Amino acid sequence: MMMDPPSAAANGPVIEMSGVNVGSMQQPGVTVLEDVDWRVEAGDYWLIAGMHGSGKSDFVAMTGGLMPPRAGSYRLFGREMPIFDEEELPERLRLGLVFEDGHLLHRLTVAENLFLPLQYHRGTKRHEATERVAAMLELTGLTHWADTTAGSLGRNWQKRVGLARALMLEPEVLVLDHPLGGLDLRHTTWWLDFLDQLSTGGGFLQGRRMTLVATGEDLRLWQHRAGNFALLKQGRLVTLGKRSVLAGHSEPLVKELLAEGFGVG
Amino acid sequence: MDSGNVRGGPRLQLLSRAPLPEAYTNHAGRWVVLFLTTVQGVGAFALITLGVMITKLRAAPQVTFPAIRRELARSGLRLLPMFLFMSAATGLVVIGQAILLLTKVGANTLLLGPIMVYVVVRELGPLLTALLVLARSGTANVIELGTARALGEVEALEALGIDPVHYLVMPRVVGMALGVMALTVYFIIGTLLSGYLCAFLNDVPLRPGDYFGQLAANLTGLDFVIVVVKSCLFGALIAIITCYHGLAQRLQLDEISRETVSAVGQGIIACVLVDAVFIFIYLLS
Repeated sequence: MMMDPPSAAANGPVIEMSGVNVGSMQQPGVTVLEDVDWRVEAGDYWLIAGMHGSGKSDFVAMTGGLMPPRAGSYRLFGREMPIFDEEELPERLRLGLVFEDGHLLHRLTVAENLFLPLQYHRGTKRHEATERVAAMLELTGLTHWADTTAGSLGRNWQKRVGLARALMLEPEVLVLDHPLGGLDLRHTTWWLDFLDQLSTGGGFLQGRRMTLVATGEDLRLWQHRAGNFALLKQGRLVTLGKRSVLAGHSEPLVKELLAEGFGVG
Repeated sequence: MDSGNVRGGPRLQLLSRAPLPEAYTNHAGRWVVLFLTTVQGVGAFALITLGVMITKLRAAPQVTFPAIRRELARSGLRLLPMFLFMSAATGLVVIGQAILLLTKVGANTLLLGPIMVYVVVRELGPLLTALLVLARSGTANVIELGTARALGEVEALEALGIDPVHYLVMPRVVGMALGVMALTVYFIIGTLLSGYLCAFLNDVPLRPGDYFGQLAANLTGLDFVIVVVKSCLFGALIAIITCYHGLAQRLQLDEISRETVSAVGQGIIACVLVDAVFIFIYLLS
């Protein structure tokens, strides 16, 4: 059964950037992307491609509200970002962020990592949340690791815990930093299938489509999955368009990221 | 040979009049700037922490209260055996030395109580406790938080809408303040008891009632207030300085040891300076 989409999403773009300059998380004061104009509608599935060092992680961090834009306007659900006001925090939490390395709380167990946001924001008691945590662990194939400390997990599984934790607060938009980076084939397939499920509103979402923005370096993996594509190149965000334009695109970097230049594809 | 007068004298006079070499003034200047920058940074961090403690006192108690209990256990209860040992040793050392001195002037039954109040209750108790907690739990703070920062945990908390100061710093400040205060009380009691034991073993003709009577006669209400306030302040200071070094800047893993050493040095200086302020309060009272 389809759920009604949230009113703010129905009334305008989910994400709207205009003339935005993106700074560096590592080097304050440095601008890595300039003059970004970008618009994401509810239910979109974007892939932002770029070479290593093109500013993908900084772009994701700014989009997730971890740092303000250095210039320009960035609006999330119509509200100017970043949101630091406690009273507006629920608006910011409509966006979930998944880090490249998971960025888990390493001394907590996997289940405690998932439990923390519920406990902190909603005051949920442990016994009340057990069922929800268990359901999310099962959904993401992490049940076996529930009581393992997050720091002792392998990279493949840490990334998956990061995804499960971001989903605990039921965000409407999910921004993922290089989710397929360093994964083996089995995990890569699982991620792509799972993101498909989120994008189409299947399974536990009960028809509510999630807006997805992911970054990546290899367009081949995404070209039959994501719906919209953009490129980070020479400090600019270049919107490529829908999936159909990818194959014959004249942009040399697109060909390179599709590995056509290497005779692979 | 009169080389000392002929060669050393005029040269020393010349050196004393000459300006310092530029390298020394640069070094001193850098040290002063670094010191002021650190004071500014720690001060700002303390104000931020205080602001968060006031504005979010009741926010997410189901997360922060257990965290405070954990910190209290780590900076208090688990250190108790070490503190009982240290208090026993301190009592033996202080009274042992006092007996050596007082026996010479024939006052060994009159001044043991006052000495324990002036030396242990007012000074050694709070200060030694603070320094030991700094060494045991303060260093752990820098390492834990520095590692958490290096591994991106702080960004993860921010992404989840969790204030890192509220979640990571506030429980440490409250837990450490209460932990240092409790340990100070145990340390002082242990030292006073072991001090009497030392006197007894040295055949000092002092009855327990007389010893504790001397203690009671020399303790004032101000002593109780100052012990509580000073030890809480020491605990909070140690927590703020160590959290500042762990969290205030993004560290690489190999920089954590350097920050730990800095935090310990600054923690010691801060505690001694605060202690000096309280001496003035005693002098004025």
